[in-house]
Amino acid sequence: MRSLIGVLNIFGSLLTWFALYFLLPILAGLIYGEFASLRGFFIGGAVAVLLGLGLRALTRRYRYDLKARDAYLLVSVSWLAIAAVATIPLLVDMRGLSFTRAYFETMSGLSTTGATVIQGLDQIPRSLVLWRAALSWLGGMGIIVLAVAILPMLGVGGMQLYRAGAPGTVKDAKLAPRITETARVLGLVYAGLTLACMLALWGAGMSPFDALCHAFTTLSLGGFSTHDANIAYFHSPLIEFILALFMLVAALNFSTHFIALRRGDFSCYRRDPEARWTLLLVLVSCLIITAFLVATHLYADGFKAFRYGAFNVVSLATGGGFFSTDFSAWPIFAPTWMLFLSSLCANTGSTGSGIKMFRALILFKQPLREMFTLVHPQAVSPLKIARQVVPNGVVYAVLAFLFLYFLTIVGLTFALLLSGLDLTSSLSAIVACINNVGPGLGRVGPSHTYAGLNDFQIWVCTAGMFLGRIEIITFAVVLTPAFWRK
Amino acid sequence: MKILILGAGQVGRTAAYHLSREPANEVTVVDTSEDALRDLQDRMDVRAVAGYASYPNVLESAGIADTDVLVALTSSDEVNMMACEIAYTLYRTPTKIARIRASEYTSRAPLFTEGALAVDFWISPEQLVTDYISRLLSYPGALQVVDFADGRVQLVGVRARRDGLLVGRELRTLREHLPDIEARIAAIYRNDRLVRPGGDTVVEENDEIFFVAASDDLRRVMAELRRSEAPVRRLVIAGGGHIGFRLAQALEKSNQVKLIERDTRRARHISETLENTIVLAGDAADEELLVEENIDSADVFAALTNSEEANVLSAMLAKRLGARRVMALINRPSYGELMENHSIDIVISPQTITIGALLAHVRRGDVVRVHSLRRGSAEAIEAVVHDSQGRSALVGRRLEQIALPQGASIVAMVRAEKVLMAHHDTVIEPEDHLIIFLSDRRHVEAVERLFQSEP
Repeated sequence: MRSLIGVLNIFGSLLTWFALYFLLPILAGLIYGEFASLRGFFIGGAVAVLLGLGLRALTRRYRYDLKARDAYLLVSVSWLAIAAVATIPLLVDMRGLSFTRAYFETMSGLSTTGATVIQGLDQIPRSLVLWRAALSWLGGMGIIVLAVAILPMLGVGGMQLYRAGAPGTVKDAKLAPRITETARVLGLVYAGLTLACMLALWGAGMSPFDALCHAFTTLSLGGFSTHDANIAYFHSPLIEFILALFMLVAALNFSTHFIALRRGDFSCYRRDPEARWTLLLVLVSCLIITAFLVATHLYADGFKAFRYGAFNVVSLATGGGFFSTDFSAWPIFAPTWMLFLSSLCANTGSTGSGIKMFRALILFKQPLREMFTLVHPQAVSPLKIARQVVPNGVVYAVLAFLFLYFLTIVGLTFALLLSGLDLTSSLSAIVACINNVGPGLGRVGPSHTYAGLNDFQIWVCTAGMFLGRIEIITFAVVLTPAFWRK
Repeated sequence: MKILILGAGQVGRTAAYHLSREPANEVTVVDTSEDALRDLQDRMDVRAVAGYASYPNVLESAGIADTDVLVALTSSDEVNMMACEIAYTLYRTPTKIARIRASEYTSRAPLFTEGALAVDFWISPEQLVTDYISRLLSYPGALQVVDFADGRVQLVGVRARRDGLLVGRELRTLREHLPDIEARIAAIYRNDRLVRPGGDTVVEENDEIFFVAASDDLRRVMAELRRSEAPVRRLVIAGGGHIGFRLAQALEKSNQVKLIERDTRRARHISETLENTIVLAGDAADEELLVEENIDSADVFAALTNSEEANVLSAMLAKRLGARRVMALINRPSYGELMENHSIDIVISPQTITIGALLAHVRRGDVVRVHSLRRGSAEAIEAVVHDSQGRSALVGRRLEQIALPQGASIVAMVRAEKVLMAHHDTVIEPEDHLIIFLSDRRHVEAVERLFQSEP
């Protein structure tokens, strides 16, 4: 229990800082003159400050130094509790939205999923629309810092490969000698790219407000839009291109971006095996889906097929979750393939989720290595990625992660099936949630949103988003008795 | 010339042996092991000093003050470099040669420029041997391939086989077979005896033939002497030491390389460093391992471990199990003579290879390259003709006018990037590079003298 108290102490400070974040939508509300809907944000901010300070005051006497493993608890508690506090504006300002649905919405934002239960986005106050996008951006920031600073330290699912000092796949993965400095630098890259994205979208014809919200949810690979019709609302190939470009950027490792930007040398993308394979896989998939759409006579001309095909492929593969048309209406091969990609294409240290490309590479090479050893029994064959040896321990960790990943998908899908949802909707909803994509197929497809699900199903999906975001093991370990044993 | 050799290891001993054989040289050897020095003195006429090679007092007692050439050949790169540095700083020794093994040093060229490390030349025996083997592999069938004039001309040793077009015919028919190619037969060894090649000499089966040709023509000339073989694709290397490792590294991109290393930890290290090589942890003389790894379809089996006995045995075994060509790294000349052309196709003598590179730096005159041939009994030299104030004994003369010692012949020359074959009426011009084949090493000095401008 002492570790829980220590974690709550830190969480208290985190919550106090989080209170400042409420100022952003308040500012937007003031600009758009939506004074009536600001109440919720003031209440939310006040609750966050009071709760944060209260927690700190209450736990001050029990202050103790956190051990590395307490980070598991801190990560889980932070994500769950901040999502809860963030529901306050939604509950206050949107009549008829239950806590279940509000929590789904904020968790969807914080986990950068982009699945929504809110219909009629064009009618609700701007401040609330901004709040969703801002939560998504905050979640993205959190996950980059988490992926670079904390998960490697804990070695979650083979992430120790990225631990400082260990031979990593990206040699310069350690950007600064201290974690805080590394986190700051990556935060700056993230913010800078967001600004660039916003300016590009603004220049391409979006209103400044839309540009800001979309930039927030693009770089975080959230996928919240400001309109019900999502990206189709804009009818602009240029905007689609910009979004696709920045989604690809967000799906690559931000450390690689930092190195590329600082040295002005873009060859590091070629050297980063994750980036190489992700880009290749996405490119090939774009071409396949385009050809498929042309072959099935969905789009008469090739350009149109490519425009819709490529944008939605990139959006789903990276885990962005924007859509420019109802792709769930396409023949089943295309959207299924796109959802499948979402489990592989995100890179470590990106805002994407799923298995991640570096784990996928290891998973792919391990069986090859087994087969090689069958042919050459006496051969010494270490598993290598980008000329770096991957220790066996990492391979085991990745295999364990993969098992838990599939177990979670299967378990949650059965939960949805139990509640009476059809297989396509169930499976696609869970995959889309765990990989933090957003829209699924069938009843949770782009044209339906998740609003049609019942409360139980909503909770199952919320759990999926949360687990997918914090890499399952981070939370699973908190549930083990060993974690709590003295 | 006063020569100081540091280190009496394998390379140091060979250098001392070769250099002390030339009467004009005074050789001193420094080593920490008194036993090694005593043994050395028993065998050759050198002075020996025991001590730590980079200590100034040790160098002083070895006579560094009036040494002309310092050759640092200890097993430590750092000691070698330090000794050169000290010799330069304290005694201004004119020529300093160091053995540097680590490519971490040698890949940084600025380290060895003026004003940086006081090393005039560096040699890396492992690298030389590796280069030598990869050159051999690119000309399957050759016994020896050595470069002159930055690789524009090559001297190749081949054993004639019955299926060669020229075998059983007179040498002058070569011109009819290859009218557009300039090549010259430099020497023929029949039953280990030199036969002076002339137009009417008939090539017999099993003759060991040395010829020079421009690099682009080598393969066609070789086809005259034995049917051309398929290029090497599958290579099995026994031994993951410095040489085996470097060879695998150099060839793994273009060939299918398997490397057998006995030490598991070393095997692990190699497999982690190399990209495409199949690293096998096991004994190279393990018949089952060789069969399992399809030794019968290997184009070349190269035994490159540190133990020459193991190399001989594993190469013989590989040959019996069906490897197309086997080569073995053998230091002792006597072993080499025993084995070559019987059970082992090519004997690689690291000493011969290294000593050539070393001699080129030590030799007087304008010798730019020296290659030992046939395990040190013959030699090929590349030297530049300089015309200092018209006093050269060579400039302006026809080749037939030049009085060469017994067993020496000018076989080719390189004039301003162009390769010319030697004809009796060719006139020598300044800055020509002459390539000379010497069947008897004792006449080296006479040849060197030719190139020195008369006082």
